[in-house]
Amino acid sequence: MVHQRRAIESGVPDHLPHLHPLLRRNYGKWKWHDRPRPGVLHHVAESGEEVWSVRAGTQRQLDVYTIRKLCDIADEHADGFLRFTTRSNAEFMVDSADKVAPLIASLNGAGFPVGGTGNSVTMISHTQGWLHCDIPATDASGVVKSLMDALHHEFTHEEMPNQVKITTSCCQINCGGQGDIAINVQHTKPPVINHDQVGKMCERPAVVSRCPTAAIRPAMVNGKPSLEVDEKKCVCCGACFPPCPPMKINDPDYSKLAIWVGGKHSSTRSKPTFHKLVAAGLPNNPPRWPEVTEIVMKILTAYKENARPWERMSEWVGRIGWPHFFELTELPFTKYHVDNWRTSRDSLNASAQLRF
Amino acid sequence: MSKAMPETPLLDQLESGPWPSFVSGLKRLAASDDKPYAPMMKDLLGQLERSYQTRKGYWKGGTVGVIGYGAGVIPRFSEIADEFPDSAEFHTLRLIPPPGTHYSTALLRSLCDIWEKYGSGLIALHGQTGDIMLQGCSSENVQPCFDEANELGFDLGGAGAGVRTSISCVGAARCEQSCYDEAKAMRLIVNNFLDEMHRPSLPYKFKFKFSGCANDCSNAIQRSDFAVFGTWRDDMQVDQDAVRVYVAKHGRKWIIDNVIRRCPSEALSLNDDDSLEVDNKSCLRCMHCLNVMTKALKPGRERGVSVLIGGKRTLKTGDMMGTVVMPFLRLENDEDYDKLLDLAKRIVEFFIDNALEHERIGEMVDRIGLVDFLEGIGIEVDPNMISHPRTNSYIRTDGWDEEVAKWKARKDAGLAAAV
Repeated sequence: MVHQRRAIESGVPDHLPHLHPLLRRNYGKWKWHDRPRPGVLHHVAESGEEVWSVRAGTQRQLDVYTIRKLCDIADEHADGFLRFTTRSNAEFMVDSADKVAPLIASLNGAGFPVGGTGNSVTMISHTQGWLHCDIPATDASGVVKSLMDALHHEFTHEEMPNQVKITTSCCQINCGGQGDIAINVQHTKPPVINHDQVGKMCERPAVVSRCPTAAIRPAMVNGKPSLEVDEKKCVCCGACFPPCPPMKINDPDYSKLAIWVGGKHSSTRSKPTFHKLVAAGLPNNPPRWPEVTEIVMKILTAYKENARPWERMSEWVGRIGWPHFFELTELPFTKYHVDNWRTSRDSLNASAQLRF
Repeated sequence: MSKAMPETPLLDQLESGPWPSFVSGLKRLAASDDKPYAPMMKDLLGQLERSYQTRKGYWKGGTVGVIGYGAGVIPRFSEIADEFPDSAEFHTLRLIPPPGTHYSTALLRSLCDIWEKYGSGLIALHGQTGDIMLQGCSSENVQPCFDEANELGFDLGGAGAGVRTSISCVGAARCEQSCYDEAKAMRLIVNNFLDEMHRPSLPYKFKFKFSGCANDCSNAIQRSDFAVFGTWRDDMQVDQDAVRVYVAKHGRKWIIDNVIRRCPSEALSLNDDDSLEVDNKSCLRCMHCLNVMTKALKPGRERGVSVLIGGKRTLKTGDMMGTVVMPFLRLENDEDYDKLLDLAKRIVEFFIDNALEHERIGEMVDRIGLVDFLEGIGIEVDPNMISHPRTNSYIRTDGWDEEVAKWKARKDAGLAAAV
């Protein structure tokens, strides 16, 4: 018998050995910060020590050559330390203002844009897609690459009213999360069921209970135990597909992309909000999804030109109202924009306050 | 002769443009004919190109893991392995990064070396839940890869119906707005639930996230079942001289438009002498004015956390934000941190005992009601937990006098808002 190594269940590792020494020395004792230019944060500690952090965009799906390149840059300029933001930007810390420009030159020279701070459009948080996921209808990496190419200026400049966080997701489970703008798959047809496979591959009661609209029920089809879908009840969410792969929800033509706006995590000024549907029915069009980029740019332009400083997307729309939003973005308003899920009444206009 | 690079006319179109290209990275790996992973990455590119052509995914799950663990490896088997045999198995190992995702280059380089030896050379930094994602490992190499990464100091993260890998913001390491030691809280709590992470047996997934303030840089409120936010209970700190510098530099109108009028609870006023008046009783700790005047305003000195429970995305019953169940818990000494851990234990235990299969804790609270949940975990109600009191009369109130007596007793003891 082969020796079985017992795992060291060490859990979350200690971060202190991996902190830049300046951060370690001043841990929990920071006084204030400012942003000398886009992509650079400047923090001052109570001790008087200062640190400049330079933020660079990455492709998130990193090959070891790219990671080593980032390490080379950190070794050359930043004392051998770096960190990543939740949106896959790499940050390099240096201890003097003089070191910022050479670091930026190195990053730009290696193809990494510097930016993503303050009121810019930062890197898009995204999901795995066709590269690695078992249930995706699209490829987030490609959508993100295409969008970030178009948003390069907005990443490297701080010209938006406030920060813009964009997310993408390759199915309606929405691992990408909430965003000022979210680009998510929206299926438009019920699953196509391979009845020969369901009985063998799926735990049928679990699949039945997974459905949010109780549209799935056990059935014998062609003498085999299977599942059937009440297509009138089905909302095409795809929740049945992960536990039961024979219920194919993904379709090259019927799995569309939808765009949502106004998601916000922070409790800053307004309470956090969920993003809202503004456009659907966009074709899943690799390799560059131009229809998506076009609408995203339209929304961003309207926001940039019309929102006041510090207004996030949701706060801007809250002030100007949805009628004006659809006017400014020239997006059609349809019956599908009106919610009919459990708490939908809260989204109706229960007032005599109207906008024309 | 080495295997030929696949034709990838569609993916090639993602190599142009100013943003770093993941396709160029995949190609670099595929072209590394001196590395063991080159054939795998060639077939991976071939399969991905096929997906771009057909607009279909070709991965299926399965069962792959390491000895002693029931989670942390995401199995991927190709459905078109006959055409792309070298990437037939392309599993992901999820590794837990250091809090704040800080790295010494030595650590990252060592990880790259291990991954070049056993895997594809492709790493996502980081997955949406916060893991380092080593993507592309054969079934055979999963165990030795984990063993070496484990010896280097990494452990596998969560997957399935268990406690998941966590995220904390940069926090105390580099932010003056941090109200507690996020990394310490995260390590204390998550490392206490490693059994629930490595051998998942909860009703469904459970995510902790840690943000140092209401800016929520770790995206906790909507992405975690147990969201911890830094806050303070006393008055915010104001450096009036620094306020005057802002006024002198930007003008009164700018301060009024961008600070005073943007305060959501109208807690701010600009005095005639250009100092700032703060009505701390009305302040929501929302962070806006602190974000604008970073040199003049800071959180107060009596710092701690609030805990919000139940954030999640759509499945199954619809999107949910976390809601407050602990308005304030002071976090200064180790004993305070243990109280936070104790709260986490009580909540996870209650979740295990009461949630239905595949039900997130937010959905469970929605089903049973906040009051029953609070009673279950031993926390008293507090007006900070609601937006407003009930608007319907469908409630039996025959225990009113007893509840009033409890409230008065708590108030007298000065404990209305804390454990």
